[in-house]
Amino acid sequence: MLRSSQPLTGPNRKRCREDEMLLGSVLDEGERGFIIDTRSAQAAKQARMTGGGTEPKSSYPQWKRLHRPLERGRPLQESFIKLVEACNDTSVSMDRWLSRLESSRWLSHVKAALSTACLAAQCMDREEASVLVHGAEGTDTTLLVTALAQVILDPSCRTLGGFQGLLEREWIEAGHPFHLRCARSAYSHARLKQEAPLFLLFLDCVWQLNRQFPFSLEFSERLLLTLFDNAYASAYGTFLCNNEKERRRNAPRLSHRCLCKVKESTHSLWAWLNQPGEKKKYLNPLYSHNALVIWPSVEPQSIQLWQGLFSRWIRSSQYLEEAWAEIQRLAEGN
Amino acid sequence: VENVRLLDRLSSRKAALGTLYLTATHVIFVENGSEARKETWVLHSQISSIEKQATTATGCPLLIRCKNFQVIQLVIPQERDCHDVYISLIRLARPVKYEELYCFSFNPKLDKEEREQGWKLVDLSEEYNRMGVPNNYWQISDVNRDYGVCDSYPTEVYVPKSATAHIIVGSSKFRSRRRFPALSYYCKDNNASICRSSQPLSGFSARCLEDEQMLQAIRKANPGSDFLYVVDTRPKLNAMANRAAGKGYENEDNYSNIKFQFIGIENIHVMRNSLQKMLEVCELKSPSMSDFLWGLENSGWLKHIKAIMDAGIFIAKAVAEEGVSVLVHCSDGWDRTAQVCSVASLLLDPYYRTVKGFMVLIEKDWVSFGHKFNHRYGNLDGDPKEISPVIDQFIECVWQLMEQFPCAFEFNERFLIHVQHHIYSCQFGNFLCNSQKERRELKIQERTYSLWAHLWKNRADYLNPLYRPDHSQTQGTLRPQMAPCNFLYKFWSGMYNRFEKGLHPRQSVTDYLMAVKEETQQLEEELEVLRERLANLQKSQLNDNKIKSKRQDRSKELGLSTSNNSLANTPQEYSNDLKSFPSRSPSQGDEEDSALILTQDNLKSSDPDLSANSDQESGVEDLSCRSPSGGGCLPSEDSGKDSDEAVFLAV
Repeated sequence: MLRSSQPLTGPNRKRCREDEMLLGSVLDEGERGFIIDTRSAQAAKQARMTGGGTEPKSSYPQWKRLHRPLERGRPLQESFIKLVEACNDTSVSMDRWLSRLESSRWLSHVKAALSTACLAAQCMDREEASVLVHGAEGTDTTLLVTALAQVILDPSCRTLGGFQGLLEREWIEAGHPFHLRCARSAYSHARLKQEAPLFLLFLDCVWQLNRQFPFSLEFSERLLLTLFDNAYASAYGTFLCNNEKERRRNAPRLSHRCLCKVKESTHSLWAWLNQPGEKKKYLNPLYSHNALVIWPSVEPQSIQLWQGLFSRWIRSSQYLEEAWAEIQRLAEGN
Repeated sequence: VENVRLLDRLSSRKAALGTLYLTATHVIFVENGSEARKETWVLHSQISSIEKQATTATGCPLLIRCKNFQVIQLVIPQERDCHDVYISLIRLARPVKYEELYCFSFNPKLDKEEREQGWKLVDLSEEYNRMGVPNNYWQISDVNRDYGVCDSYPTEVYVPKSATAHIIVGSSKFRSRRRFPALSYYCKDNNASICRSSQPLSGFSARCLEDEQMLQAIRKANPGSDFLYVVDTRPKLNAMANRAAGKGYENEDNYSNIKFQFIGIENIHVMRNSLQKMLEVCELKSPSMSDFLWGLENSGWLKHIKAIMDAGIFIAKAVAEEGVSVLVHCSDGWDRTAQVCSVASLLLDPYYRTVKGFMVLIEKDWVSFGHKFNHRYGNLDGDPKEISPVIDQFIECVWQLMEQFPCAFEFNERFLIHVQHHIYSCQFGNFLCNSQKERRELKIQERTYSLWAHLWKNRADYLNPLYRPDHSQTQGTLRPQMAPCNFLYKFWSGMYNRFEKGLHPRQSVTDYLMAVKEETQQLEEELEVLRERLANLQKSQLNDNKIKSKRQDRSKELGLSTSNNSLANTPQEYSNDLKSFPSRSPSQGDEEDSALILTQDNLKSSDPDLSANSDQESGVEDLSCRSPSGGGCLPSEDSGKDSDEAVFLAV
């Protein structure tokens, strides 16, 4: 599975031999690959006007392009805000609740993300074909798809350590702009242009997988909540900045965003999480290594509202926590 | 009929070919060729509707919808055969006499005494004693011993000590269907009670001294409170409209010291339509999230569930927190009243959250108090307007509570689903007819078997591993969160999509934890045995003997495996929204997206089928349901499944 950003074909349908060779070299003679473009066909076409575009068939003959539009940017942030508002609104009666939930479209986004990740996984696992995933910038929906696909396909990504490695690789090092995307969250009136909850959407999808495959992930919901918290506000440097360049170097031009030398000046979230005393809080007592691919159902009935996150401060989690304590006790007793 | 195809609802490509059989009691589809003889059994009693669809090139489609939400889509090659099957099923699914029902021919090979014992398992007089009655405030009345006062009530009812026979009879004449106020639940901690009745025949201005005295008696039976709540579970408008027909509700001016309250729950017709709409949503092919949520909201189903729950919560609060007695009624006092009283009881008393207690609760508030099982669930062919999912809603309320309080119930989801199944199956005699009187006339207990005995025998399957009698959640009253809590109500796909295995978590946490619990217990017992032996050996001088501990490989048997190999599942169609055509050649010419059809080839890692012991009722069925092992022939829950998938009943 490969990821990139959009090719800069532009309005004049520019070609780039190196790019074609690069993609060509991935596939053997006669093999085919799939390009999953996370923009709609129309949006992708329109991107040409501003210098972007798609891979033309003629130049990339072995690659078949599929469009799976995924929401990103402002609309996704609005969706998030609407959902949180709906959950908090005590005046909503039961006969309006579901349409409020629906009008936020959040669950539709979860469904779309999971479906696309599954498609990528299917291409690899069933068709045994290589997959290239990209959207526009390659920093948002692209990473959502590649990371999720790996959780679906690869059992090692479902271990606690493997999942952290996946996050480090597919989100942090791959350059998801955390600083811009996870700025003020749902209650802020600021409505920043660059803010969008892609990472939260990813965590929600992982939560759905956890619910559908309760034995297959080594970590629990608690880890996902902790990651959500730390992406927005953290005592650790792991989610700081927007990319590796910003984290590493002393870059005075970046003025207030220069949180330079992150590795020297801050502590790592992973280091803290992996301490034996901490670690056990994030483990799933039901975990049992599952070497197979886990294929989620994306039917609407199978996708549920992540109450543990969205209703976290509204409802008491006491009874559920007691249940988990009981599960822990039983699993350990064995 | 041969060469019939059974289609899978979710995946139109998966169709099983086999033979269709119609017997006196079941419809049976036997799949061709599979080495595990895959059968799908449907009881005629379960059939809700049959739809014959337009003949296509492949044959004549027949859609069977069941009361337990199973939907069977068959394609019969010859139109004439299809028509025959259709006509036969119509007749078979609408019996005219009770004797046609399965319970009269079902034979679990128990002797007469065992049958009798089965019926004695749930004893209501024991239950009332457990509650603490009769006592200084409450007595048994035999005024209805020949059903002379109210033919839908039981022969034994509990009434306040100061309610004489004269008062009871007088009150009954002033109540719809003669259903006078009687005790449903007594709280011995504070003497508060829940009583139930039907609506008073008050019209606009009628009064009845005895009825007023009856309510006063109920209030007096609770010395700790100086007033009585009267809860009318109808919407105010409906109750007011009833006044024009000479019925209505209690006027606070006429009844001393009552506080009247409407807690509106819609009537049986609204509920019937609500369920219908929800099932239509369930039948949508590849709905979007929007379609689903809109459809679900439009049906109003969850709204109704919440209304019932809220009424139950109000009553439980009144009893537990305020120490005030409550009289509940609706119109006839056998639908909404039953729902609300049983929800309240469940919240108040942890006993009803045990397996036995739940059976007792249903026996008390539904069976003995004359809920019209026959009319509501269509045992016999009757008026379609009487059909309504009343008890289904109650059962769902219980499930919603189980989701909110995972440690509070001794039983699990599967128990609820099986109870619901058997209310419609007519395999046992508990839910026949409309009243105790009718059941006694038909001599049900001598001619059929009790479901409770069957469930009790299999109770190991129905336990909740998280339940502990000493857990905080199992003590005292349950207090569900009040607003905001709309998000707490979930769509119960385990019930309404019960037969679509692809939708559920494929691994049952409940089953796994039960197995773990069992294994832990066995290990602990073995440990004890070994400790004893060790102690004995140390006493004696024999040091040659090696202690052989024979531990069977329990893990496999119990479905517990450290490598969860039975997990292998197949991807669903992730490209549903697009036209499907196989995309083989990489250069298709057009820029538009094309659907990716991925063939359902065999899973690369096929794993041993560990499900053989997981559940008797899934997969292979014995052709004769007269098997001695309880014989509870629940439908094989894997109708139309992909043969690659592990059979793993995820309930």
